[in-house]
Amino acid sequence: MRTWLSAGRVNQLSSTDTATDSAAENEAVVETDAAREAVLAELTERLGAAVLGSYIRPGDDLWVRVERSAWRDAAEAAKSMGFTFFDYVSAIDWLPSPFGRDMDAQEDLVVSGAEPKAPAPIVQGYAGGDTRFQVIARLYNIATAKGIHFKADVPDDDLSLPTWSGVFAGANWHERETREMFGITFDGHPNLINMYLPTDFQGFPLRKDFPLLARRVRPWPGIVDVEPMPGVADSEEGEAE
Amino acid sequence: MTPLLASFDPPYWLSTVIKVLVVGAVVPTTALILGVVFLFKIMSWMQSRLGPQEAGPRGLLQLLADGVKFIQKEDIAPNGADLWVFKAAPLVVLSSTLLLYVALPASAHLVVEDLDVGVFYVLAISSLSVIGVLMAGWASANKYSLMGALRAAGQLIAYELPMVLAVIGVVIQAGTMSLNGIVFAQNGGAVFGWTGIGNPYILTQFIGFFIFIAAVQAELTQPPFDMPVAESEIVSGYQVEYTGFRFLIFFLAEFATAFVFAGIAAVMFLGGWAVPWLEASSDWYYVLGPAVLFAKVMLVSFIIFWVRFTYPRLREDQLQSFAWKFLIPLALVNIVATAVLKVVF
Amino acid sequence: MTAVSDPSQLSDLIAEATDTRVNLDFESEGMTLNMGPQHPATHGTLRIVAKLDGEQVISAEPICGYMHRGYEKIVEVRTYPQVNALINRIDWLGSFANEVPFILAAEKLMGVEAPPRAQWIRTILFEMSRVANISLFLGDFGLQLGGMTAGFYAFRDREHVLNMIESATGGRFHPNFDRIGGLKDDLPKGWIADSHVAMDKLLAFCDEMEDLLVGNEIFQSRTRGIGVIPADIALNYGLSGANLRASGIDWDLRRDGCPPGLVYDQADWKVWTHPDGDCFARTWVRLQETREAAKIVKQLLDTIPAGPVMAKVPRIIKVPEGEAYVATENPLGEMGYYIASKGDLVPFRVKIRSASFNNISILPWVARGAYVPDLISILGSLYFILGDIDR
Repeated sequence: MRTWLSAGRVNQLSSTDTATDSAAENEAVVETDAAREAVLAELTERLGAAVLGSYIRPGDDLWVRVERSAWRDAAEAAKSMGFTFFDYVSAIDWLPSPFGRDMDAQEDLVVSGAEPKAPAPIVQGYAGGDTRFQVIARLYNIATAKGIHFKADVPDDDLSLPTWSGVFAGANWHERETREMFGITFDGHPNLINMYLPTDFQGFPLRKDFPLLARRVRPWPGIVDVEPMPGVADSEEGEAE
Repeated sequence: MTPLLASFDPPYWLSTVIKVLVVGAVVPTTALILGVVFLFKIMSWMQSRLGPQEAGPRGLLQLLADGVKFIQKEDIAPNGADLWVFKAAPLVVLSSTLLLYVALPASAHLVVEDLDVGVFYVLAISSLSVIGVLMAGWASANKYSLMGALRAAGQLIAYELPMVLAVIGVVIQAGTMSLNGIVFAQNGGAVFGWTGIGNPYILTQFIGFFIFIAAVQAELTQPPFDMPVAESEIVSGYQVEYTGFRFLIFFLAEFATAFVFAGIAAVMFLGGWAVPWLEASSDWYYVLGPAVLFAKVMLVSFIIFWVRFTYPRLREDQLQSFAWKFLIPLALVNIVATAVLKVVF
Repeated sequence: MTAVSDPSQLSDLIAEATDTRVNLDFESEGMTLNMGPQHPATHGTLRIVAKLDGEQVISAEPICGYMHRGYEKIVEVRTYPQVNALINRIDWLGSFANEVPFILAAEKLMGVEAPPRAQWIRTILFEMSRVANISLFLGDFGLQLGGMTAGFYAFRDREHVLNMIESATGGRFHPNFDRIGGLKDDLPKGWIADSHVAMDKLLAFCDEMEDLLVGNEIFQSRTRGIGVIPADIALNYGLSGANLRASGIDWDLRRDGCPPGLVYDQADWKVWTHPDGDCFARTWVRLQETREAAKIVKQLLDTIPAGPVMAKVPRIIKVPEGEAYVATENPLGEMGYYIASKGDLVPFRVKIRSASFNNISILPWVARGAYVPDLISILGSLYFILGDIDR
């Protein structure tokens, strides 16, 4: 019998299990909690004040936010704790896109007389944050099947971070991609040339204020009228509005 | 028939012209036949697909259509190419093929030139193509071509030796280097006193046959020895800059050479144009000889092409060690054994 | 503003990046060979600039990006079902497998769970896409090494699996079948019996490949001992999938880190590893994995529960605020999606962790000292799809 581990409200219409053992489920959730809490505790012990924030989703994942200067130390600490599998390094730009969703048809906006929206505030995600850009990385512990997400704030006036390529050789390519997409440099990286884009490309595409040129050139045409299949109730998925 | 042909004694210039025309006609024809039968039909059958179906009945005239296509293409050469060498290279390779057909006998009298040192001549002339390959690779001004040509030079020279050593056993057994003489020896020979099937040398020289076929495979740069033209690595190697008519010449040369080498293998190991129960000096062989030789060539070609379609390719150094460390010692052992047994029996 | 400030170095880089013509300039320390974007040995537009010393490779630098489509940017303006249609195209040989981690991550954030029948069918289609993907690898690897017959057999036998995928989902290559909360449709009549037959044919194909390719002496001499990757280096680079298991590490996300939503624990199957870490090991592990995947499909086909294939989800999908990362054992390796959502119709940020990106990043390390033909063997055995590297 399988215990379904889920993130929150579970919607089960029908199941092969005749009896859901909720007590066992709660127990399982609590157990994994403890394991991840232990990892967090050991990490805090090794890095001290560099751990600025954390978030645990029970039974699922662990997020740890560290100080920028301790970025490489965090990698080494995790590696010595058994997190030897390198997953990825990337970045998140928390600025809400000034172009909106690019989903509203231009004609609809003009006709309905929509007002220009006020710029939305920057809200970071799990484990908090203070800056617009955050570098996120993930490592995996093969022996215990646990992963850990590292985040670090990167201030706007000094977009740089120590490199991980001395600790994890695989970070080399990931950091190259992060630099070309976001503009964040990695100190100590041997070869920060572009990964995907031509050498003389101007701008950093994955930043939110870099427009998606396809939508600038050709605006979204708006709702495409889709007729439902004949004889099917409206429980079907429809086009987005 | 014999009296008629005996009185047909043309002057030298006429017989030369006839011989040149015959060779010139036979070479593309054999290449065509081999190409259609093996490259298209048998290969498709082995790879569980249909192959060309459009040109001609069931796609049999596809090569003819390809030939016409090649001839009418634009004549281009790469920018930095050494033009004279570039243009001459395919002709050098083709010339060695044409000269090989000179010695191949289709019957006792249907041979362009019945050389006393036929075997020696064949082995010597076949090495000419190496020069053509090197010329092609260098003159193309292309790194891939150069790599292919250097690989080819090493490979073709390395596999000359096993080929030579393999046929020495046959020459020892037959006592002559003339190709027709070898056919006569096999036809008139006996296996432990039983003359039923003559003495095709494949029975005693099976090691030599295996070595010869392996060496032929390498001389034709076919898989598993096709490093010089490794399709998925250096994309045709020394042939990569050749298009249109020049490529057609390379293609013709490759398949015509396959035919003639298979023919020589048939002559030396399978009894050539003679069938065992008919005396080699019979007149039937004016008609029967070419047919019998053709059938045996098809058989040997089947083996060559079957191996071609099946095996992956050897790396260059593995290829060389296969030749030097395996085939050549084996061939030497074969020669010693043949010599000893020839004297003993 | 570029990262390289030295002007002479910059001009060198530009010259090398734009050097698409192969020209004959003999530098003092070896020849630079450009296995350019168009090449039969690279599965797509990968470019490798190799410095050679005769036939030996001094350095081999892959240059990607010829197929970069900017997935992470364009999904920021697409709704979740629209994203689903797009991400089929990342690893186009095992396309259903691309959708699954994304859907699972979105379902995790929404708190929705697909009904058991949908989970069964998801897992079956996932394993079928694995079979389709890796059976092509087996044939294609033979093709690259020169045994062209293997390639044709692979294409022929793969059709059986693609026919099954098409009859269930409507698309041979891009099913676009997974939905948040379940699947688009139920299975057609007779699909289960036909799939059994197809899987049997694939098992016979695996046996044929074992004879034709793996047992071939020439194949073994081309792959044994070539491109050895030790286990710790593999972990360091983030190699995943069969590449990791061929270096001796017993790690399979289906067994060890299986996300809720796939039912691998309902079948009895085995994880295959090989201690050598060379090209042969990688090929061998993939061959066994294909067999195992066919067996998993056969077992799951017999135990599909009845029921709906779609949970109750709202018509317009708005994923609540949060972040989630789900990774699955895709045919190429570990593929994961990191979704950061702001409670909107569209995802805020999606990071696509594709397997081939890490798998190919190890090429400069592995290729040192190899011969040019070995480069082909190594590339082929690491097995990448360009769409997966370039996204």
